[in-house]
Amino acid sequence: MIAAALSSLWSYWRRNPLQLATMIGGLALATALWSGVQALNTEARASYDAAAAVVGEGRYDQLVPRAGETLDEATYLALRRAGWQVSPVLVGSLDLGEVALHLTGVDPLTLPAGAGAAGQVAAVPLAQFLAGEVMLAHPADLAQVGTAQSIDLIASPAITQGMALADIGAAQRLLGQAGAISRLVVAPDQPLGRPPLAEVAPELLLQPAQGGSDTAQLTDSFHLNLTAFGILSFAVGIFIVYGAVGLAFEQRRAMIRALRTMGLSMRFVVVLLGAEIAVISLVSGAIGVVLGYLLAASLLPDVAATLRGLYGAQVAGTLQLHPSWWLSSLGIALLGGILAAASAIWRMSRLPLRAGRDPQVWAMQSARGQRLQLVLGLALLVLSGGFVVAGGSLLAGFARVAALLLGAALLLPPLLEVALHVAQRRARSVTAEWFWADTRQQLPRLGLALMALLLAITANIGVSTMVSSFRLTFIGFLDQRLIAEVYVSAETDAQSAAIEALADDGITVLPLLSVETRIGPQKVDLYGARVAPVYEQYWQFLAQDGDVWSRVAAGEAAIINEQFARRAGLWPGDSIPISPTVTLPIAGVVGDYGNPLGQVIIGEELFITLFPETRARQFGLIGGGADALMARLEAEAGFDPAQMIDQTALKAASLEVFERTFTVTSALNVLTLAVAGAAILMSLLTLASMRVPQLASVWALGVTRHRLGQLELARAVALAVLTLLFALPLGLALAYLLLAVINVEAFGWKLPMYLFPADYARLAVASIGAAALAALVPALRLARTPPARFLQVFANET
Amino acid sequence: MKPSAIFLAFLLVVPTVAAPQGFAGMATAVEGFNDPRPAPAFSFPADHGAHPDYRIEWWYLTANLQDAAGTDYGLHWTLFRSALAPGDTGGWDSPQVWFAHAAVTTEDAHLTAERFARGGIGQAGVEIDPFAAWIDEWTLSGETLDALSLTASGDAFAYDITLNANGPLIFHGGGGYSVKSPEGQASYYYSQPSYEVTGTLTLPGGDVVVTGTAWLDREWSSNPLSADQQGWDWFSLSFDTGEKLMAAQLRSVDGSRFRSGTWIMPDGTTESLGDDALTLTPIASTQVAGRDLPVEWRIEIPSKSVDVSSRPLNAQAWMDASIPYWEGPVFVTGSHSGRGYLEMTGYEE
Repeated sequence: MIAAALSSLWSYWRRNPLQLATMIGGLALATALWSGVQALNTEARASYDAAAAVVGEGRYDQLVPRAGETLDEATYLALRRAGWQVSPVLVGSLDLGEVALHLTGVDPLTLPAGAGAAGQVAAVPLAQFLAGEVMLAHPADLAQVGTAQSIDLIASPAITQGMALADIGAAQRLLGQAGAISRLVVAPDQPLGRPPLAEVAPELLLQPAQGGSDTAQLTDSFHLNLTAFGILSFAVGIFIVYGAVGLAFEQRRAMIRALRTMGLSMRFVVVLLGAEIAVISLVSGAIGVVLGYLLAASLLPDVAATLRGLYGAQVAGTLQLHPSWWLSSLGIALLGGILAAASAIWRMSRLPLRAGRDPQVWAMQSARGQRLQLVLGLALLVLSGGFVVAGGSLLAGFARVAALLLGAALLLPPLLEVALHVAQRRARSVTAEWFWADTRQQLPRLGLALMALLLAITANIGVSTMVSSFRLTFIGFLDQRLIAEVYVSAETDAQSAAIEALADDGITVLPLLSVETRIGPQKVDLYGARVAPVYEQYWQFLAQDGDVWSRVAAGEAAIINEQFARRAGLWPGDSIPISPTVTLPIAGVVGDYGNPLGQVIIGEELFITLFPETRARQFGLIGGGADALMARLEAEAGFDPAQMIDQTALKAASLEVFERTFTVTSALNVLTLAVAGAAILMSLLTLASMRVPQLASVWALGVTRHRLGQLELARAVALAVLTLLFALPLGLALAYLLLAVINVEAFGWKLPMYLFPADYARLAVASIGAAALAALVPALRLARTPPARFLQVFANET
Repeated sequence: MKPSAIFLAFLLVVPTVAAPQGFAGMATAVEGFNDPRPAPAFSFPADHGAHPDYRIEWWYLTANLQDAAGTDYGLHWTLFRSALAPGDTGGWDSPQVWFAHAAVTTEDAHLTAERFARGGIGQAGVEIDPFAAWIDEWTLSGETLDALSLTASGDAFAYDITLNANGPLIFHGGGGYSVKSPEGQASYYYSQPSYEVTGTLTLPGGDVVVTGTAWLDREWSSNPLSADQQGWDWFSLSFDTGEKLMAAQLRSVDGSRFRSGTWIMPDGTTESLGDDALTLTPIASTQVAGRDLPVEWRIEIPSKSVDVSSRPLNAQAWMDASIPYWEGPVFVTGSHSGRGYLEMTGYEE
C-alpha cells in the first residue's frame, strides 16, 4: 500500500520532469547563493579574524611595509636595536595535503603580553616552541592532517579552525620564506628616546590599532552587505519552491483523493508529502552546496582583493570546506523546502475530499489576505522611516533597508491589483477586458514570483546606483587628489634636495609631509601642504569658511576630511587642537574616499615648525609633462624608475582596486535576477494547467491557441513592466539609504547620489526579458495544447 | 610592557624534568649542560662572554649614585642568559634566551623595565673584543671590561653612564668557584666591584647628572641551587674604609641557611668567608608587593669585627618582572658604614 502510494506520488514527477527540474534548480540555486555567500563570509572572517585573534593585532599598532616595500629581519633588528619594542609576525598559507592552514609565526619572547598568541603559546613547553619543533592547530584540522609532518602538531582548541600557530623560525621554514617578516606588532609601552620611525625604517608604515570605527567595523559592513544578498537570494529561492510545491499539490489533488479513497489516512498522506519534500530539498541542497562552493571559490579572489584593497585586511585566497558550512547549507535548504511546502500541505490537509478547484475561489479567498498584506506592508514602510529616529548604527541602517524592501514587496500585489483594475476599466475590447480580468485573477498566484522579481530589480537598481555613484565620486576624488603629473619617493636627503631643486626650473614641487598623530581620541594623519594654485583649482570642499587655501597657507586654519568631521562632529567654524600649543579653526571639510582614517591638512610652514624632524620623502611634481620629468629625474638625480609613478598609472591602479571591489556585487546581482526569472517560470507553469478550463471557454469563443499563447506572453511582460515601474522608485530609495545612511555608518562618508537612466533602461530590458523568457515555455505549451484537451473540459462538464 | 605569565613559566618549564624547584627553576637539574668544576682557570676576555653550555648566566651591574645636591639614587642593569638547551645555533632556532632588567631607584620611586630576546638573530648577545653586552638598544660596552658605558631606557626613565674600574677583578669562593649548598651546587662567580661612575639619569622630573660607584657581577652555572633551596639574600657592600663585602645566604625550605661571602681589601686582595664565618639576620620587614619582605638586616662577620645593620633607600624596590624579586640600594651603619645593593629572591606571595 505504502509502495503504491509512493510510486503514484513519484509518477507525477516522472511525468513532469520540467517541474521537478525547476523546483530542484530553484532550491539549489537559492541554497547555492546562500551557502556561497556564507562560505565567502566565513572564509574571509576566519582568515583575518583568526589572524587578528592569534596576534591580537586589533589591539596593537603595527608596522607594515609600504606599498612595494618588503620587511625583513634586518629591519626588525634595526628597529629593536633602536629601541622600538616591536615583535615580528609572519603569516602565510601552509599546504598540508588534505588541508591548507593559515599559519601565523610569532616570536613569543617579544610579543606583547596581551596578544592572543601569548596565551596559546603558554600551553606548550616554551623550549619546544622556540626550537620550532611544534605547531598548534585546531583539533578538527589536525584530524585531517597526516602524522608524517616535518613538525610536531599540537591540538589546541583555542586556535581557530583553519589557523595554525608556530614560532616565527618554524613558520619561515615551513612557508619557505627564510628571513621574511609580514609585519611587526608594536608594543603599547615604548622606551624614552626612541628615534622616529622614518629614521630607522622609512619603508615601514605605522598602522594604528583598530579602535571604534576601524577596519573590523568596515569589514563588518562588507560582510553584512554580502549576508544581505545571501538572505535576499534565499528568500527569492523560497518563492520558487513555494510556487513549485503549490503546483505539484494542486495537480495531484485527484491522485491524493484517490489515495484517500483507497483508505490512506490524511495524516499518512501528509507524512508522505512531507517526506517527499524533504528528499527533494536535500537533493537540491546538496546540489546547492556544490554550486555554492564553486560560486564562492570563483568569487573569493575578488572578495580577498576587495578586503585587502579597501581595508587592508588579509584574506587567504583559498577556500576551505568547513563541515559546519555545508551542514548548515543542507539544513537551510531543508528548512526552506518545508517552509515553502508547509502552507500547501496545511491547505491540502484541511480540504474536504471533494473540494472544487476553481481558481476564482482561490482568488476570492485571498482578498482578505491581501488586506492584511497591505496593512503589514505599510507598517513596515513606516518602520523603515522610523529607524531614522532610532538610527545611528550600521545595524539600524540595515534594518531600515530590510523593512523598506519587505514592506514594498508586501505592497506589490495590492498595488498591482489596483493598476490592473484601472487597466480593465479602460479596456476597449472584449479580449482586452478579458485579458486584464484574467491577469487580475492570476495575481494571487503570481504574487510571490512578482515580489521576487521586485526585490531582484530593486536590489539591482539600488546597488548599481550606489556603486556607480561611488565610482563617479571616487573618480572625481582621484582627479581632485592626484593633481601632480608625477609622484616621486625620495630615499635619501640628497634625493629630496634634488627634487626640491626642480622648483628653480619652474616646476611645481608639492612635498608630502605627514605624521601620525592623535587629536582627541582619534588617530589622524596630519599633513603639511605647500599651497599651490592647483589646489585651489581642483579641490572642492563639502563645507568651507572663507578663502580656505590662503588661510591654510598662512598657518591660520586647517582642512579636515569628511570622516574626521563626521566622527568628531567638527565643521567649519569649530577649532581643533593640532599640538599642545596650536589650535586652529577649521576652514574646510573635504571629501576623502581613499581611506577610512581621519586626515587634517595644515600649511607647510606651520607643519615644519611643529614637526621639524619630519622630512618629506614623497613629492608631487607638475610642469613639463610626466615622461620628461621622469626621464630627467632618472638621468640627473639617479632616481630608479620604481621610485616614480605618473598620475595616469596611479589613477589606473586606484581604479582597479575599486573595480574589483564591486565585481562580487555585480555577479550576485545577475544571479538574483536569474533566480527571479526562475520564480516566474515556476509560477506560470503552476498556473498553466489550472487555467485550461478557463482558456477552453475563450478558445471556444474563437480565440486561436496561437493568440492565447501570445496573450500569455504579453501578460508576463505586462506584469513585469508594472513591477518594474514600482521597483524603480523603490530601488532609488534603496540607493539613497545605502549612500546616505549605510555609507556614513560604515565608512564615515556620505556620497552624492547620481542617476543612471541608461543603466536602468538596460536593467528594464533585462528584467522584462527574464519575465518573457520565463513565460515563453508556458506560452508555447499553451499554443500547442491539443484542441482535444480544451474539448475535454467541456466533455467533463456534461 | 607588563610581562605575561608565560615568562614566569619560561625558566620553570624545562624539557626533561617534571617539577621545577627553587627560585626561577634554578634547582632543577637538566641533562646535557656543563657543571662548574672546582679550581677554574678563567681565560679573559673570553670568559667575559657567554657560556652557552651552561644553563644560566648573568652580567649584573648595580650602582650607588648621588647628584650634585647629594640626593641618593640606585641603578641596576642585568643581562640574563637562559639556555633552554645546551649549545648555540644561529637563527631563530637558537635555544639561548636572553632577558634583561633595568631599574632606577630613588627614595620614593622604583622605575623598572624588562626586555626579552632570542639568541641567534643578533637581538641580544655578548661580544668579547671589544666588549659589548646588549639587548635591543640597551648596551653595556667598552674597549675592555675596565672602561664601559651603559645605556638603557624604559617608558618612564633612561640612563647613560660611563664606568671606569680602579681595581682588579675579584674571584669568589675558590678562585671563582662559588659553592652554593652543602650538597655542592656551585657556580662560576667573579666581580668587578670598583667602578667609578659618572653619567646622567633621565627621570620623570628631568635629567640628573650623577656620580658614584658600581659593582659588576659575572656568574654562570647550570644548577646553582639544591633541591630544597628557595632563594637567596645577597649583599654587595662598599664600606667607607675602602673595604668591600659580598655576603649571601641561600635559604632552604627547612629553615636552614647556607652562607658564603668574600671580604675584599682596598688593594683587591680577598678572603673567602665560609658558611660559619658570617650571619645575616632580618631585623625589620615591610609589606612589598603583597608580601612581607625583610628589608632591614643585621650583618655580622666576627672575624672582621663587622656588625652592621642595613636599611634600604626605598623599601619598595620590587622588580615586578616576569621573575619578580627585590633589588635595591641600601645603606649600612654600625661597626662600619657604607652603601651597596641588596637582592632578595624566592619570597613567595
